[in-house]
Amino acid sequence: MPQMNMIEAIRDALDVKMGQDKDVLVFGEDVGYFGGVFRCTAGLQEKHGLHRCFDTPISEGGIVGIAVGMAANGLRPVAEIQFADYIYPGYDQIASEAARLRYRSNGDFTAPLTIRTPVGGGIYGGTTHSQSPESLFTHIAGLKTVIPSNPYDAKGLLIQAIEDNDPVLFLEPKRLYNGPFDGDPHKPAVSWAKHELGDVPAGHYTVPFESARKVASGDDLTILCYGTMVWVAETSAKMMGVDADILDLRSLLPLDIDAIAESVKRTGRCLILHEATRTSGFGAELAAQVAEACFYSLEVPIFRVTGWDTPYPHAQEWAYFPGQRRVCGGIRTIMESQ
Amino acid sequence: MTKKPNTSRLHIPEPPFRPGDTPDYSHISVPAEHTLAKPDTLCEGHETSQHALGLIRVLRFNGEAVGEWNPNLSEEQLLKALKDMMMTRAMDARMFTMQRQGKMSFYMKSTGEEAMSIGHAMALRSDDMVFPTYRQQGILISRGASIKEMMCQCLSNAGDPLDGKSIPVLYSFKKHGFFSISGNLGTQLIQGVGWAMANAYRDEDGIASVITGEGSTAEGDFHYALNFASTYRAPCIINVVNNQWAISSFQGIAMGEGQSFAARGTGYGLATLRVDGNDVLAVYAATAWAAERARRGGGATVIEHFTYRKEGHSTSDDPSKYRPEDEPDVWPFGDPIERLKAHMILLGLWDEDRHAEQEAACKKEIREIYKQAEAMGSLSGDTNVNDFTMFEQVYETPPRHLKDQIDMFKAEQD
Ligand SMILES: Cc1ncc(C[n+]2csc(CCOP(=O)(O)OP(=O)(O)O)c2C)c(N)n1
Repeated sequence: MPQMNMIEAIRDALDVKMGQDKDVLVFGEDVGYFGGVFRCTAGLQEKHGLHRCFDTPISEGGIVGIAVGMAANGLRPVAEIQFADYIYPGYDQIASEAARLRYRSNGDFTAPLTIRTPVGGGIYGGTTHSQSPESLFTHIAGLKTVIPSNPYDAKGLLIQAIEDNDPVLFLEPKRLYNGPFDGDPHKPAVSWAKHELGDVPAGHYTVPFESARKVASGDDLTILCYGTMVWVAETSAKMMGVDADILDLRSLLPLDIDAIAESVKRTGRCLILHEATRTSGFGAELAAQVAEACFYSLEVPIFRVTGWDTPYPHAQEWAYFPGQRRVCGGIRTIMESQ
Repeated sequence: MTKKPNTSRLHIPEPPFRPGDTPDYSHISVPAEHTLAKPDTLCEGHETSQHALGLIRVLRFNGEAVGEWNPNLSEEQLLKALKDMMMTRAMDARMFTMQRQGKMSFYMKSTGEEAMSIGHAMALRSDDMVFPTYRQQGILISRGASIKEMMCQCLSNAGDPLDGKSIPVLYSFKKHGFFSISGNLGTQLIQGVGWAMANAYRDEDGIASVITGEGSTAEGDFHYALNFASTYRAPCIINVVNNQWAISSFQGIAMGEGQSFAARGTGYGLATLRVDGNDVLAVYAATAWAAERARRGGGATVIEHFTYRKEGHSTSDDPSKYRPEDEPDVWPFGDPIERLKAHMILLGLWDEDRHAEQEAACKKEIREIYKQAEAMGSLSGDTNVNDFTMFEQVYETPPRHLKDQIDMFKAEQD
């Protein structure tokens, strides 16, 4: 099987869909000739033509806006927003337009578009290249929000997103582009080469939404996580010597609540992780849903480990990032609670 | 109401007249000459820069149609234009009254601006997708949409194709090339450019026509639209309907120091036309020119339709609070229906009696259609819309959490 990092897996998904379907167009800032600042679209213009993979003006509202019009007119646009931190000028087009077009026209018009954008910290990007704004999107009815944690899922979820008849926000944890990251910035970088999740099948396959991935099975506690935090969770659980049931949610909306409930009812303990700021973060939604579905099985209070409620700092990157120390602290708190 | 004078260098634009003033628009010159040339539709954008500052007119007040832009419509087309404008006005009047009687939550008239919708629709192909605002119901009427369905949409009743999901007048009629109207101003401009890009990508010759009020040109989306249309030479028309008022704000609030709204297109290298929006022949001609340019690969045209909003912004608005009550009467460009009527009388196609008959007939037809529409429900009685439809069309198929919520709502009913 071909071995790919997450960038190559994303590019391969785009390549597969562009090859299969003339309606798939790829565009965004610097994505054409140059192939994107993270190289996710490298070579696509050369292979599929200038008119299928092209540069846009620096205008996130414009990028999402044309995607809505193209999608309504029968195409399957895949728009790239260079960093999620710059998605806000396009927010109106996502929240008020793409997500609502089907509803307000009662199905007369639809917007089957995909928006790809890198999220999360770990690359010294400071306030403007590190944000994790997922909860601003999971709050929007009519939109789907997914986030892979590895090359295999990235390709399968992206193909699924492009084929979905509703708008999908596809978040790419940029710290995972080149390899898994367990939260320790002092260790040498690990690559996806030789990692089993870097084995990415050639050709077409999909990973369905609403299907959490079981990262590790255990009975001590449930850890709910996604994106970069999946890898921090796995390492931290090992460090703490607990048998954690770790779920990589993959799709935040729609959410695989059945897998979550099954796990928490069994373990009675639930730790929720995310890199995004804490207040009104997606963890709040998860905590509420776990409480609603599993309250009588919970042995101890739900606990969240998150980024702080500050902008993403630069020099203090690792003080902000919910790394192993904070996650281990969370595991300890949960396991020591009575 | 007394205005406090400016006491600093901060410039706050004010309209020339407020309630209590005697409006006098003699400073807006009505061009007597019809001298603006009609360039080739594939001319360079800058060759139309003068057209952004002048005013394309065909109909003189005496009813003559003159100049290069005269589209020389057939008798049949003229009769249709007049009938559709009169139907639009009659429908607006009826719906306004019915809103006052509590049959619907809200309504928006297009009175005084009918020429823009009708002239524009007639010059487009019926499959060209328009991205309208809430003041282009005339396009639907021109394209033969079911007036009953339109009324049912406003009444949010069992006959509403949108199942009551949207507020009145936010129609969606894909089958009539009429994009779903968003309540968010400006957003559709860039979407229409994207639609046109898709047409161009597939080598189809359909075009898109996007429409905004002058007030909403201040949204960033207007810039996105002009910029992307220019960059990708999108086959579209970008229309600014300058009806002088954005709710209570006069056009100078959005315009700033600009010379015209059409001239906004000049910096983007787009073709720019400014047209007398109360002159249905001029609107037709400008639209036909821009449509041909777009279809031939010449890219987008910005058209400013210079007109006047004769009535309140909506049923929720009282314009006497912010402008002189007689301002509509002294507006120098007259009324679009009266102007076409004068032309047709001059041609010997029409007379006052036939006009009065047609006015009465439109009124009667609209009343009858309305009666049928209201029989399907209204806000004052039962809308007859099943509440469960609110869960439909959020997604193609409801995800798990929505299914759960449908069950929760079901339980609420018992
Ligand atoms: C983004 C947005 N901001 C504000 C409003 C509220 N609003 C509705 S209509 C309107 C005035 C629009 O004026 P204009 O664009 O000139 O169009 P007109 O009503 O004159 O046809 C405003 C401010 C809105 N619907 N959407």
